[in-house]
Amino acid sequence: MHACYILDVHGTQKVVQAVNQIDLVIKENEVYGIAGESGCGKSTLLKALAAVIEPPLRHIGGKIYYHVAGEMIDVSTLDAEEMRHLRWRFVSYVPQGSMSVLNPVVKIKETYKDFIISHVTGQSQKEAYELAKHHIAELGLPPEVMNAYPHQLSGGMRQRVTIALAALLSPQIIIADEPTTALDVVVQRGVVQLIKDIQQKLQNTVILVTHDMGVHANVADRIGIMYAGKIVEEAPTDIIFAEPLHPYTQYLINSLPQFGDKTRRESVPGSPPELSDLPGGCAFHPRCPYVMDICKEKMPDYIAIKPDHKVACWLVEEGKGH
Amino acid sequence: MEKILEVEHLVKIYTLGSITSRVHITAVDNVSFSIDAGEIFTLAGESGCGKTTTAKMVLGFEDPTSGTIVHGGKRHESSTKKKVWFTEGVQAIFQDPFGTFNPLRTVDRYFFETVQNYKLAKSNEEAIELIDQKLRAVGLSYSQFAGKYPSEFSGGQLQRISVARALLTDPSLLIADEPVSMVDASLRMSIVNLFDKLRKEFGMSVLYITHDLATAYYVSDRIAVMFRGNIVEMGTVEQVLMNPRHPYTQLLKESIPEADPEKRWKGRVKLSNSEEEEYLSMGCKFAARCPQVKDICRLEVPKDIIVDEVLVKCHLYSENVPAEQA
Repeated sequence: MHACYILDVHGTQKVVQAVNQIDLVIKENEVYGIAGESGCGKSTLLKALAAVIEPPLRHIGGKIYYHVAGEMIDVSTLDAEEMRHLRWRFVSYVPQGSMSVLNPVVKIKETYKDFIISHVTGQSQKEAYELAKHHIAELGLPPEVMNAYPHQLSGGMRQRVTIALAALLSPQIIIADEPTTALDVVVQRGVVQLIKDIQQKLQNTVILVTHDMGVHANVADRIGIMYAGKIVEEAPTDIIFAEPLHPYTQYLINSLPQFGDKTRRESVPGSPPELSDLPGGCAFHPRCPYVMDICKEKMPDYIAIKPDHKVACWLVEEGKGH
Repeated sequence: MEKILEVEHLVKIYTLGSITSRVHITAVDNVSFSIDAGEIFTLAGESGCGKTTTAKMVLGFEDPTSGTIVHGGKRHESSTKKKVWFTEGVQAIFQDPFGTFNPLRTVDRYFFETVQNYKLAKSNEEAIELIDQKLRAVGLSYSQFAGKYPSEFSGGQLQRISVARALLTDPSLLIADEPVSMVDASLRMSIVNLFDKLRKEFGMSVLYITHDLATAYYVSDRIAVMFRGNIVEMGTVEQVLMNPRHPYTQLLKESIPEADPEKRWKGRVKLSNSEEEEYLSMGCKFAARCPQVKDICRLEVPKDIIVDEVLVKCHLYSENVPAEQA
């Protein structure tokens, strides 16, 4: 799948390769984590997966298939009305920052009723309210939140309310973009706990994007590591942590401090590349400690080392793996 | 060893509400701690625990309701004229690097302004040399930085630039308020390693304010854990974080997501419904969520007790000697 931002500024075109030839298969009843630093294109990937593509973001190539009620539907061929019907009932999207979703000038219950009425036919105001109240209680959130305005709730509570809203119509896919960023550590745990509860209750698919490998270790079943618009490694959680093959994955894991260990750790050196100005060959080569000549010239293929472990790296392909 | 900072019985009370119903929130409740020269001291806790309010009072941005703050032996008086010795000796960096710099000004302008205000150089060349020196201390250089706007740097780079600007006056104390919360987890090491380097090379002390106990363990010497205005546990990081005694410290530590699937969170966490309620509760403020709560916890505020050289504010340890009598 290939999606880029094509920016046309003062007549010069700038192409930002946000999603650069990605193949993904996401299963039912799993939590799929996408890990990567800011600027790697993961938010764009999520928008493409949720089929929220609007100019200047353009869908250049490839397809996105949803498996809905036994049929494979190519989402890029649906029109706006069909897409709206799918949204919230089949796939829901929680963007970064809950305040993008909650209307700041109405109480939470109004936002909930609004969503229900626009997506479920034949619901009266009262029925919608009852559904919302029941849903909130089931997920362990205090009933008082219904009568509050968003600004009256703490950041963590707002985030949980937004996630509960995303799960309201029992969608088969919930996409969450950095749901725990900038939250306190205990609140973060509460939010992740809620996501896990929802997934276990609905037995659906959750796609969770965050740069924090600690969060992925706690909640994801499989993880895809994203760098400069591409997925560079993918494997079940236990395997990614036990045997990370790509140097970038190794760095992501080793750069986090652990208790009991004061030995010096380093962040990944350098900065992620601009997506409009990628280095040649493998995009990670300027920061890679094991860089070889071929890395500078050719992009490595994304191959399956084992049936459930894929990686794109010349080190591994040439058998010099770590 | 000379103490760079001493905070004694600091209190800050905010009054909220209308004429008919006033609520007093004690944001900082009798907080005392000290920092030695060349020490990295962490003030840890979640949002609403009072750590940022404490920092603001130490920096002089807010006046305490009561209590004293002593910088390097000099008592801090609340007055409208900020004394130069004070701002030279103490500098700060904050959570949002993009909020620190005006997006419409080049970043170097801030540096030149500081040099001018404190008369740190006699000529433009000297100024550039000084600025370059400070940038190199944080792993950057003047040539990489001159003439650029904040948007041309990443969040991590901008935080390092904030540190460089703070270094211009050769402060003895750097206050860093949540410096890595908005930086990607994988890049936090570069900022935090910098504090250690500055301490080793320049003997600078750091007051590191954060809710991230993992980086606190990695870089600090001592730590004070705050909850709703009180320090609930204080000691060296080895003592407090490897063997936490207060149930809240235990909760904080357990909730850190470790990058290891073998160390997943065990059990469930209960989040507070209302911060205000917790502030106003009689007795121990953590009682509503404490897994080891006893009846006395809801009625009486626990005393500060010393257990194996660690200060703990908890009824669980009341058999030990209270801090006042130690």
